[in-house]
Amino acid sequence: MIRVENLVKTYGSVHALDGLSLHVEPGVVYGFLGPNGAGKTTTLRILSGLARPDRGQAWIMDQPVALRQSAGQGVAARLMVGVLPEEPAFYAWMTPRELLRDLVAPLYGMEPAEAAKRTNLLLEQVGLSGSADRRIGGFSRGMRQRLGLAQALVHRPKILLLDEPVSALDPAGRKEVLELIDDLRQQATVLLSTHILADVERVCDMIGIINQGRMIIESEREALLERYAVPLIEVESDDALENWAEQARSLPGVESVTLANHTARLQVKDAATIQAELLASLLRQGLHLQRFEIVRPSLEDVFLRLTNSTKPTD
Amino acid sequence: MFPTLLKKEMREQRRTHRLLIFVVAFALIGLMSPLIARYTPLLLRSIPDVPAELAAIIPDPTLKDAVDQYIKNFSQLGLLLVIVLTMGIIAQEKERGTAGMLFTKPVRRSAFVLAKWLASMGSLLAGLLLAAVGCLFYTWILFEPLPIGGFLALNALLAVFLGFFMTLALTGSALARSQPMAAGYAFALVVVALILGALPWLGEYMPGRLMAWGWGLVMGGAASAWPALIVSLGLTGLALLAACLYLEKEEL
Repeated sequence: MIRVENLVKTYGSVHALDGLSLHVEPGVVYGFLGPNGAGKTTTLRILSGLARPDRGQAWIMDQPVALRQSAGQGVAARLMVGVLPEEPAFYAWMTPRELLRDLVAPLYGMEPAEAAKRTNLLLEQVGLSGSADRRIGGFSRGMRQRLGLAQALVHRPKILLLDEPVSALDPAGRKEVLELIDDLRQQATVLLSTHILADVERVCDMIGIINQGRMIIESEREALLERYAVPLIEVESDDALENWAEQARSLPGVESVTLANHTARLQVKDAATIQAELLASLLRQGLHLQRFEIVRPSLEDVFLRLTNSTKPTD
Repeated sequence: MFPTLLKKEMREQRRTHRLLIFVVAFALIGLMSPLIARYTPLLLRSIPDVPAELAAIIPDPTLKDAVDQYIKNFSQLGLLLVIVLTMGIIAQEKERGTAGMLFTKPVRRSAFVLAKWLASMGSLLAGLLLAAVGCLFYTWILFEPLPIGGFLALNALLAVFLGFFMTLALTGSALARSQPMAAGYAFALVVVALILGALPWLGEYMPGRLMAWGWGLVMGGAASAWPALIVSLGLTGLALLAACLYLEKEEL
């Protein structure tokens, strides 16, 4: 569905992409993760036809993606794609209805009656029906993001490229939009770039993590968590845990201990085997336990572990 | 695709008041030119303490002065207005990100440029039409009727002249990534064109020569300047082509 092979893109001395490859299968919501400056937006700009790679190639449904070097090149791919940029920009003097019905829909060859119907439906879906005839110039960032999603969906694209689609939304808005994206998996393949890991955990089937322009890992979400997450044990007590934490650090099988207020978070090699020893040491020190829990590793833990391990040594 | 883009551009000309500014400013130029020609000598003579000898040599206004004023106002004020109203129209879209939004859709970038050019030309022509009507009317009231055919031909040449500079400003806008940069490019291109037009051996073939031809068509006497017309149209086409080709390949 989406295929990217060995993309290289340099801006001056900065290597935005350094041989990036990725594959997204049909019907998948693909979470494209990476720290700031990792190359996520550059990849999406290339896939959207707004930028040209120095080397490498990208395909969308077997059509080469390109910033046109000759007439018509890349247009076929563009017909199948809906794009939501990180900061959607619109004509301030237009209204959402005019944007969708009179500009975007006709660009995809939609008839006026169908365009009007589709516009109403999309504005309803993204929660902008009440503002359909207001000037976009007065919209908040969250409203623009909702409108950005609507304009990306007008032509029922087979592929959706979403760059930070919920970054400007409040919690309720995030939930709504993520549910909408979740529903879209029936109709479209979604490539979703974000740094909000909870969102990825919520909707993505596949995850690709990039850092410094290179793909570190590409895997199914559950497989990734299974494979890379280090088991964690969380301990919460009414008493100060500093002394105990110091002692716990020296135990074999404990990789690290972090303390925050009255909670200690331990990375361990094997939670099942070490938990008895940890409990015993807590009791020996006479600490009043509030909670002792083996925590399911989060994507954030995996992400931090993987991106930290690929940081430059200098 | 092109009709959709053109419709959007025409709507933008209305909503952002570019059309209104063109129409009002050009209509004012058209109306004011014969008025200035008619009343400037009277005003000068009516200044207190003007020596009688000086008052005597201030010539009586004629139809020729009205036409001179019309051409002069358009080749200065009109030209400036055209450049100012055009120089940001593509750079602004690149800067704000709206061009990027459009270019992720199946839009030919050259169609985007041509739609902008056509809509801007539409506003310019609407303004020029009103200016011509206003000038015809006031000249008839204040002086004598202008020869309609010659005056229409003068306005057609003015449209070519102003259209040429408008296209240069649009090209500058296509080359730039920001509005200040677009202003710089637009004025640089216009200044180069004006300097080339001032060269005696080249001026005959440049758009500025069209004004003298237009004057002659109204007042009689001046030789035709077909080469200047052909060169003006050719350069306009080339500038437009350059804008399209550049934008087709530009990364946003």
